[in-house]
Amino acid sequence: MNPLIERYIKKDSLPYIFCAGCGNGIILNAAIHAIDELGVKEDTACVSGIGCSSWIPPYLNMDVMHTIHGRAIAFAEGLKLSRPEKNIIVFTGDGDCLAIGGNHLLHAANRNINITVILVNNFIYGMTGGQKSPTTPPGSKTKTSPFGAFDDPIDGCGIAMSAGATYCARWTVAHPNQLKKAIKEGIMHNGFSLIEVLSQCPVQAGKSVFQERDPWGMMEAIKSQTIPYKSWIPDKPAGKIPIGTFKEDNSRQEYTDKIRKLKEQLRGMQKETV
Amino acid sequence: MLKKIDVMNHGEKVLQGNEACAEAAIHAGCRFFAGYPITPSTEIIEYLSEALLLQEEGSFLQAEDEISAMCAVIGARWGGKKSMTATSGPGFTLKQEALGYAVETETPVVVVNVQRGGPATGQPTFSSQQDIYQAKYGSHGDYEMICLAPASVQEMYDFTVKAFNLAERFRTPVILLADEIVGHMREKIQIPEQIAVEEHTPVKHCDKPFGRNEKNIPYAVHFFEGHNLLVEGQLHDEKGRRIGHLADKSGVFVGNLIDKIRKNQGDLVDIDHEFLEDAEVAVIAYGTVARSAKRAVRIAREKGIKAGLIKINIVWPFPEEQLKELAATIRTVIVPEMNMGKYCLEIQRCLKQSNVISVPKLGGIIHQPTELLHIIENETGERGR
Repeated sequence: MNPLIERYIKKDSLPYIFCAGCGNGIILNAAIHAIDELGVKEDTACVSGIGCSSWIPPYLNMDVMHTIHGRAIAFAEGLKLSRPEKNIIVFTGDGDCLAIGGNHLLHAANRNINITVILVNNFIYGMTGGQKSPTTPPGSKTKTSPFGAFDDPIDGCGIAMSAGATYCARWTVAHPNQLKKAIKEGIMHNGFSLIEVLSQCPVQAGKSVFQERDPWGMMEAIKSQTIPYKSWIPDKPAGKIPIGTFKEDNSRQEYTDKIRKLKEQLRGMQKETV
Repeated sequence: MLKKIDVMNHGEKVLQGNEACAEAAIHAGCRFFAGYPITPSTEIIEYLSEALLLQEEGSFLQAEDEISAMCAVIGARWGGKKSMTATSGPGFTLKQEALGYAVETETPVVVVNVQRGGPATGQPTFSSQQDIYQAKYGSHGDYEMICLAPASVQEMYDFTVKAFNLAERFRTPVILLADEIVGHMREKIQIPEQIAVEEHTPVKHCDKPFGRNEKNIPYAVHFFEGHNLLVEGQLHDEKGRRIGHLADKSGVFVGNLIDKIRKNQGDLVDIDHEFLEDAEVAVIAYGTVARSAKRAVRIAREKGIKAGLIKINIVWPFPEEQLKELAATIRTVIVPEMNMGKYCLEIQRCLKQSNVISVPKLGGIIHQPTELLHIIENETGERGR
């Protein structure tokens, strides 16, 4: 057995709840490799919300908080503020992060707080049985868009960057090495990082979004829709999704660093109150 | 374990209730606060935005919303910092889902609700006790809550310290259910030289972090201590693994959450009383209304009326047995509340032998002592004699 499984997965929690062919396994694999290659396991905690992607960390042999829908980033911010020296990784999904939890994404990115958010975008509400999500492509006939989805999809990377995220990348599960590298860069980056992963849900999105239920066929389909970018260009070609490392900016001060420096200044000026 | 700690800036002070609460939090070891400004609790976040950053280990977050604030304090507590949030009615409603998560994950945090009048935006600058039931069962699902109701600035201080200690001891969120009057009132208080504070003793090699001791309470553990904790919002076993799909185990888990409060209810009784020995009529009150009740009872006594006072400080869990004992021989019980008469229902259920009279008050103002005195006089046949 792969020694990483011994080290990183709580075997008495297995089997994983994921459906056969789900992309979450590849993302889990990339995340474990990233954490292991950086050697940061003991200094890293994972936080997730609700949805299929949020079930990635609960099986990890690490400190993990599996929280409520949409609020993983809010929990992670409290955890980070209480232990600024630790790494916090958030696993979230397109519904969790961009619908119910959108406000927390905006404000955490604006604070530039050092949290690494892995946003698993499978274009659908998988766990509840295949309803339209904020990233479902227009025209998709889902359980809640029987005449075809008519909301324009939300671009998670674009929102995070315009709100102030200082590291941002997007890959697909067909790019496991690039994904692992991006997660490593996200963990090492001192600021708010968002890594979006386009992933396949053969059971739900396969039926209503891709008309292709074979996992490998779905990965091919997702990959074929992407177009590699070296940096962020807001006007993308019609029907194409940019992938790549869009932003890595070290010029903005990180949030807990701001607090630490302020406190150092204050301590110079004033004695403790208790 | 409770440990005596010295309070450096002790002594007599004149403080606002909200300030006393904030100061007590610092003294009790609170090192993280997240909140969102809301009348009439705002002075707490204002005070702590300064005081916490002056603490070596302190940190502070003005959150983007009430939900975020509640989630952040839970996150910070698992990071190892005692933490608190404060709000009022509308914000308390928004916090309920995350509050339920704190109950279910057995996270010791303190939530202050400085009550205002509702429903909806209601009466931002007026007082109420309308959230008495929301404090008990505001989140979905089955659980028991610990909730304290302060009636003075001194109690805002003392009960905040107590709330932190009870939260740590029982591994559960604790509600400090204040109201606009006690939150904004200024009074002289005595900050003690020493206070007893529940201290965290790290547990080593904890294989089953959600295993339970003889009091049915789980271990005091947090992140980054090498336990590889899984803090799980789905019903879980003693290792944190989900059991929500298993009916028998799920039933036991929820039973434990309830039992750790109910079976230890004897440790959660805090009732003040006076003149009960020969009382024929008693006023039962909690929070600021207990001040009017006390005054009314004392005037009645001066008039020779056999009136007594029962002031309930820990309102939830409901002190059923103790109340039955205290009120065993009392013929008439008067229950004034700044709401439509809610807590009174519990008292009626509990004191079946007494004539229980609800004195509700809506509109955001407190009962005058004379109002209560008239009711006492009516009930004892003393009026106009």
